[in-house]
Amino acid sequence: MFKSFFQPEAAKRVAMAAGQVVPDSSRCVQCGICSYNCPIGIDVRRHAWENEPVSNSRCLTCGECVARCPRGVLRFERTNLFGDGGK
Amino acid sequence: MTRYVILGTGVAAIAAAESIRRVDATSPIAFISEDPHGYYSRPGLAYMLTGEVDEKQLFSYRPDDFKKLNAHFYRAEVTRILPGEKIIEATPNLRIPYDRLLVAVGAQAVRLKATGCQLAGVVKLDHMEDARSILAQAKHSRAAVVVGGGITALELAEGLSARHVKVHLLIRNERYWPNVLDEAESHIIETRLAEDGIQIHFQSELAEILGKNGKVAGVRLESGAQIRCDMVAYAIGVAPRIQLAKDSGIACERGVLTNEKMETNLPDIFAAGDIAQVFDPQTGRATIDSLWTPAREQGRIAGANMAGGVETYIKAVPFNVTRLGGLTTTIIGSVGTGRESDMVGIARGDSETWRQIPDAIITQSGFEVNRLRLMIGEKHILGAIVMGDQKLSSPLETIIREKVDILPIRARLLEKNAPLADILVHFWAGIAG
Ligand SMILES: Cc1cc2nc3c(=O)[nH]c(=O)nc-3n(C[C@H](O)[C@H](O)[C@H](O)COP(=O)(O)OP(=O)(O)OC[C@H]3O[C@@H](n4cnc5c(N)ncnc54)[C@H](O)[C@@H]3O)c2cc1C
Repeated sequence: MFKSFFQPEAAKRVAMAAGQVVPDSSRCVQCGICSYNCPIGIDVRRHAWENEPVSNSRCLTCGECVARCPRGVLRFERTNLFGDGGK
Repeated sequence: MTRYVILGTGVAAIAAAESIRRVDATSPIAFISEDPHGYYSRPGLAYMLTGEVDEKQLFSYRPDDFKKLNAHFYRAEVTRILPGEKIIEATPNLRIPYDRLLVAVGAQAVRLKATGCQLAGVVKLDHMEDARSILAQAKHSRAAVVVGGGITALELAEGLSARHVKVHLLIRNERYWPNVLDEAESHIIETRLAEDGIQIHFQSELAEILGKNGKVAGVRLESGAQIRCDMVAYAIGVAPRIQLAKDSGIACERGVLTNEKMETNLPDIFAAGDIAQVFDPQTGRATIDSLWTPAREQGRIAGANMAGGVETYIKAVPFNVTRLGGLTTTIIGSVGTGRESDMVGIARGDSETWRQIPDAIITQSGFEVNRLRLMIGEKHILGAIVMGDQKLSSPLETIIREKVDILPIRARLLEKNAPLADILVHFWAGIAG
């Protein structure tokens, strides 16, 4: 039911197995909260400006930027490592 | 060689210059702006107030970005555009010739006109200096009264509250933001604000600001009631800064009028961003947005066309994401009801289209603080509000923008207590393949 679609925590854990952070630049206002909170200093905001996934291999997919963004710009997307192409 | 001159250093201006540089690496680009801080995230000022980011974090452009633009920045106030001679005059003492000009001077907060509005302690949130001043004054303030409606008033209330200032929010209506939100949504926001210690005074109108020794000491309401405070923060709307353009013969209504190519009525003069009132061939109307993403996109198109391209701006479905009472909220398409007595002009982070709703049926569903409201037309979804969880807002934006035929699910959406989110997720999975 309705409830089942609002379990971001579970969704996050699955995505973290093999995923990358993907921005939706149309929602971004470049406030920089994402970059500010990245524990390893990736300029996530720059990816949002360019509308490109955070492809940096150092990215821990810790989810800090995704969780902190006040505008829902960032989401996890599973990469296609295992060929199951989860959306 | 083409001499490009860009007035302003906001997001529209920067996007235009990036666009020019994509096709023209060498021609000179000159920015002229009075803003001592240049380009930064203005929406981010709200998060600077709450302390979620540092001031310096709002500056997204790095030295190598500026190097790539290879532009000259003049800090000056533009006083005249001389379209005949193709010259810009600015103080102090500048005369700069142009071949192509972009007017991207934005909008600014409408000034409060009330007795006492000159007192120290009366503040607004328009640019960096305002934010700095609010933070400095908040340190010595115990209570503040916030006047106005819409998003910026809440940002002020939340920012001050985060700085341990007791906040009184004055609202003219019987509830928060009635022209865009429905009763339940207003109620959710109001409850969350109250939990943060923000006291809302409904149907309250400011009569005068009371002062002592040149400083704010309190306010008197129309009802006669008084509230003691050290600060008065207001957000009563924004107005495009059209005077400069108007005085130079550029056609204006509420904003600078442009066609879809972002051209004004005068040759080689373009406009983009909050200043622009852009013709939309789909509706035959020219509208203003005071939103970051349209400003960026208009700047991009203007820049491309200034450099000889032929691109047209296609007005997207109005779309804004914001945080209301700590809750991420996306407003897509037409959702409003058309009343706006808390606002002068159009609200910031607002779009005129939100209030031009065609006949539609409203259907809704809620789960704790996750809430979804759809405006359902004959064959399409016309608008939506998504509060809390944002998983559905991107699909909904596409469904609304692409005018996806919803006949297969329309009847089910309209059933009493329909599980809207479930229906939409399955529908989306079907069309997104
Ligand atoms: C507090 C706040 C919150 C906001 N929240 C949101 C939000 O949630 N979502 C959203 O989409 N948008 C939001 N906005 C709006 C968004 O910031 C604007 O739509 C966007 O910045 C417009 O960019 P622009 O380039 O058109 O103009 P601006 O950023 O206004 O830039 C114009 C520049 O021109 C300069 N200028 C003006 N006149 C002259 C002159 N005569 N001579 C020289 N220079 C001049 C100004 O100093 C300024 O630097 C918010 C804005 C503020 C202030």
